[in-house]
Amino acid sequence: MQVPRYWREQSERYKLVGSKCNNCGLRVFPRRSLCPDCRHESQGQMEEVRFEGTGELVTWTRVHEALSDRELETPYLMGIVELDEGPRVTAQIVDLDPEEVEIGMELESRFRKLGEASESGVVHYGYKFGPVVSD
Amino acid sequence: MVGIVSYGAWIPRYRITTEEISRVWGKEDNSVAKGLNVQEKSVPGPDEDTTTLSVEAARQALRRSDRGPDALGAIYIGSESHVYAVKPTATIVAEAIGASPRMTAADFEFACKAGTAAIQSSLGMVSSGMVDTALAIGADTSQGAPGDALEYAASAGAAAFQIGTDDDDIIAEIDHTVSYTTDTPDFWRREGEKYPSHAARFTGEPAYYRHTLNCSNQLLEEAGTEPEDYDYAVFHQPNGKFPVRAAKQLGFSDKQTETGLLAPVIGNTYSGAVLIGLSAILDVARPGSRIFVCGYGSGAGSDAFDLTVTEEMADYRRSSPTVRDLVDDRKEIDYATYAKFRGKIDEGEVTA
Ligand SMILES: [Zn+2]
Repeated sequence: MQVPRYWREQSERYKLVGSKCNNCGLRVFPRRSLCPDCRHESQGQMEEVRFEGTGELVTWTRVHEALSDRELETPYLMGIVELDEGPRVTAQIVDLDPEEVEIGMELESRFRKLGEASESGVVHYGYKFGPVVSD
Repeated sequence: MVGIVSYGAWIPRYRITTEEISRVWGKEDNSVAKGLNVQEKSVPGPDEDTTTLSVEAARQALRRSDRGPDALGAIYIGSESHVYAVKPTATIVAEAIGASPRMTAADFEFACKAGTAAIQSSLGMVSSGMVDTALAIGADTSQGAPGDALEYAASAGAAAFQIGTDDDDIIAEIDHTVSYTTDTPDFWRREGEKYPSHAARFTGEPAYYRHTLNCSNQLLEEAGTEPEDYDYAVFHQPNGKFPVRAAKQLGFSDKQTETGLLAPVIGNTYSGAVLIGLSAILDVARPGSRIFVCGYGSGAGSDAFDLTVTEEMADYRRSSPTVRDLVDDRKEIDYATYAKFRGKIDEGEVTA
């Protein structure tokens, strides 16, 4: 990923910032300038919101072939998480082995390294999801 | 009054036992690990580093605080494993917790005591009124060269402390802080080197003990207290042996030190060590509890703090996870997985 593009998408990746439509109340991730339901009626009514980062696992899969900078992480898990506020987010699932994963399990966002351009390049950070620490 | 407004800690989920490390290096009797009193250590996942651990600890602290990221005028991060040689960890953390941009930020370095140095600087900033509250973090993902004695203990963890004045709700007042600093070359890492070097015979007496004991005595003198005046005491813990011996020499009992002694179960979290220990104490301390803290960093120096838990602790959101929860939520891995996670493969620099 190019440094400028990574930097532009930083608040989404770092803080799970999305949008809320003040016309119908729908929350979306990532950010949008128009509500997918209200379209032009939501003009000027979209507000930035930060999601809590808690949600439920909807579905998941195991990835065996990774891009070069993630070779040491294979195999790893990717999943779709439905946030408590509604939007669905595709993200890597960390700290869990496949046999520990269950659809519907509660997950929390984690701030992790997403990759790096090269040994000398910029390190990219952002959200992944992991298990809730038990009491 | 200045002190701690909120705090949070983070420990990676993975653990490797020292028995497993001993097995790989043919030390079947596990003598090194037994001598160090470390049973297992935390291991960061392949996508965890000082930045990510700092963010998690900071998020825990802010989740429990009534003063959100807007109240943070400074963020200081102490570590000996900052991800970049040039580019601060603190700016990434500030952005990730939503404290940017009206604030100051900087990274601190002083081996294992960079985190306590960050707390002292924060105390100065808030007492002078330069900032409202400040966030001081100690975090590390330290490595020992494969086969080196350091490998048995070098682990990963972080703790974050929001420091403020009595305009805020202080849960633990910092009554006194003192330091003891000398030029002692017991442990170092040159720019560009992956693993640190250490003067093996040198790390005990003239380094750890000399600074820890002198600084602790200096604090007792300054505070006009005796070891028995404290409910809890925590010392820097490069292993499970040094802090126990130092505490005994100073006159602290096992009962005072057991809550904050985590090296036997998570290893040496370097800049995180004494601060995660303090977090574990704050998890259980009650109003009126007195806490003695003494950190140590190679190179060398000690920072010590004398704290009293306030009445505000009764209303403090002690939300989970506690340090104990983080310690217990463990996932054991073998040496091969550990080597894969830590990038110890194809390094070609084994020192047996
Ligand atoms: Zn809408």
